[in-house]
Amino acid sequence: MAGAGMSKFGMFKDKDSKDLFAEAFNKMASSVDKGFDPNDIDAFYLGNFTNDFFVRQAHWGPIISDLIGIAPKPATRTEGACASSALAFREGVFAVASGFYDIVLVGGLEEMSKCSTSEVAEGLAMGTVPYEGNIGFTFPGVFGVLATAYFEKYGASREHLMNVTIKSHNNAALNPKAQFNLSIGDIMNGKIKRSREKGLSLPKWKDEKDFLRDPAANPPVAWPMHLYDCCPISDGASCMLLVAEEIAKNFTDDPLHVVGIGQGSGKGLHAVSSLTSFEATKYAANEAYGMSGLKPEDIQFAEVHDCFSIAEIIHIEDLGFFKPGEGYRAVQEGLTRLDGSKPVNTSGGLKCKGHPVGATGIGQLFEIWEQLRNNAGQRQVPADNLRIGAAHNLGGTGGTCTFTILERR
Amino acid sequence: MEARNFSDISYEQYLNEGKLMGSRCKRCSALYTPPRSICIKCHGYDMEWVEMHGKGKLVAFTCISIGPPFMADEGFNRNNPYCVGVVELEEGTRVDARIEDIDTLNPESIKIGMPLSAKFLYKEEGKHLKTYLAFKPS
Repeated sequence: MAGAGMSKFGMFKDKDSKDLFAEAFNKMASSVDKGFDPNDIDAFYLGNFTNDFFVRQAHWGPIISDLIGIAPKPATRTEGACASSALAFREGVFAVASGFYDIVLVGGLEEMSKCSTSEVAEGLAMGTVPYEGNIGFTFPGVFGVLATAYFEKYGASREHLMNVTIKSHNNAALNPKAQFNLSIGDIMNGKIKRSREKGLSLPKWKDEKDFLRDPAANPPVAWPMHLYDCCPISDGASCMLLVAEEIAKNFTDDPLHVVGIGQGSGKGLHAVSSLTSFEATKYAANEAYGMSGLKPEDIQFAEVHDCFSIAEIIHIEDLGFFKPGEGYRAVQEGLTRLDGSKPVNTSGGLKCKGHPVGATGIGQLFEIWEQLRNNAGQRQVPADNLRIGAAHNLGGTGGTCTFTILERR
Repeated sequence: MEARNFSDISYEQYLNEGKLMGSRCKRCSALYTPPRSICIKCHGYDMEWVEMHGKGKLVAFTCISIGPPFMADEGFNRNNPYCVGVVELEEGTRVDARIEDIDTLNPESIKIGMPLSAKFLYKEEGKHLKTYLAFKPS
């Protein structure tokens, strides 16, 4: 990995998919230490879930290859719902590792905010399995189901989910590219201030959890998922330059190495053996750990697919960071905080960094790139020898999961 | 039973007829709801239809306040959430279903493990007939 870039994530009325990708591409280009010539790119893989639905335009591979001036080089779109760009990344790795290409651009893209919330719910629900979406399941609903199953099995509650939300917001407050770069405390105090300015009666929240308990401030979306358990609707793009190991020194003296990469597939809610775990995540993790020779305890920090608060808890168990049923306790004890023993979602995660679905997989890897190259500023993981980070991306209701381990040597 | 493809189309046709149907592998006896045409246990493809009794228990659920447009058209919204969940049938398989006749504004009153029985929600008529599989407390 010789370069990486990401647009700011957010809701942009005045930017379209091409604007966002151009922003990510230019950032990536300026991140390549010794520079590079876009004409040298051999091929391009782009993850996009469903701009077809969101902006009524499909076939984004050539649109973007023309935008950045690399047509007629081959451009291939990958789709794996919210894991679409992790699949593009994986195709790029295969293309380089096989020796077929030497220099490959991979990216991700989604433009969601031009649709209403209800339309976005409908568009995303196309990534569920047929029996779910057509009886009214939404994505918050799917994860609401998993949360009730997890609560029942392990005795956790909404209070434990709030620990995930508070931690994500604390990290995002340190990330200038995050859609919500405010802590829950900042949001709460902002609301109190505005009430005071308008001469309204002041809310009586005692602390961050008290704010999250208030259904007026934090209404249910798909109980037990409330507003602050859910990632936002986002626009954004991400991209990365992958090069063959033998020529990496032409681009940088400090590349990152892809040491483990795994992908799994899964079934619908009615067909899975457990509603508190994702089989596809476990398969992907097993593959990546096996390939790298690394163990869960070797991963110094990770980005995991926290589309909803409960998801983060399930993933950190499935990835082997914590035992089944102990993830929620680990979060409560602060082990996943920036200063904990296993920092998770240092970027703020999907929850706060934003989740332009097709851009997320490579957006997560971008955070690993920033952390491993010591570029993460105020949210830099405070470890002396930061060498190994990983990203977990999930699509649909666990239908597509990937796990990628990166190393700085 | 008549020869229908072991497909989602057949599953929905049977729902229109008020029947909850699954498929069973003739080779290894594995049972599936909704029906599968290929057995994922033994990879056999010789299946037979089995009618489910429509009794089960709630495995997991959610009460949705913000649904897609077709649910909003049915009158569901923040003040009137709908419940969907996973139901384990007496026969041992599971289905996704709407959960009815419960207090969706008070989700803590809905208990995992509660016994349920099937009911069929018929929407539209004639050739537009669409049936939602639902369950209500037994």
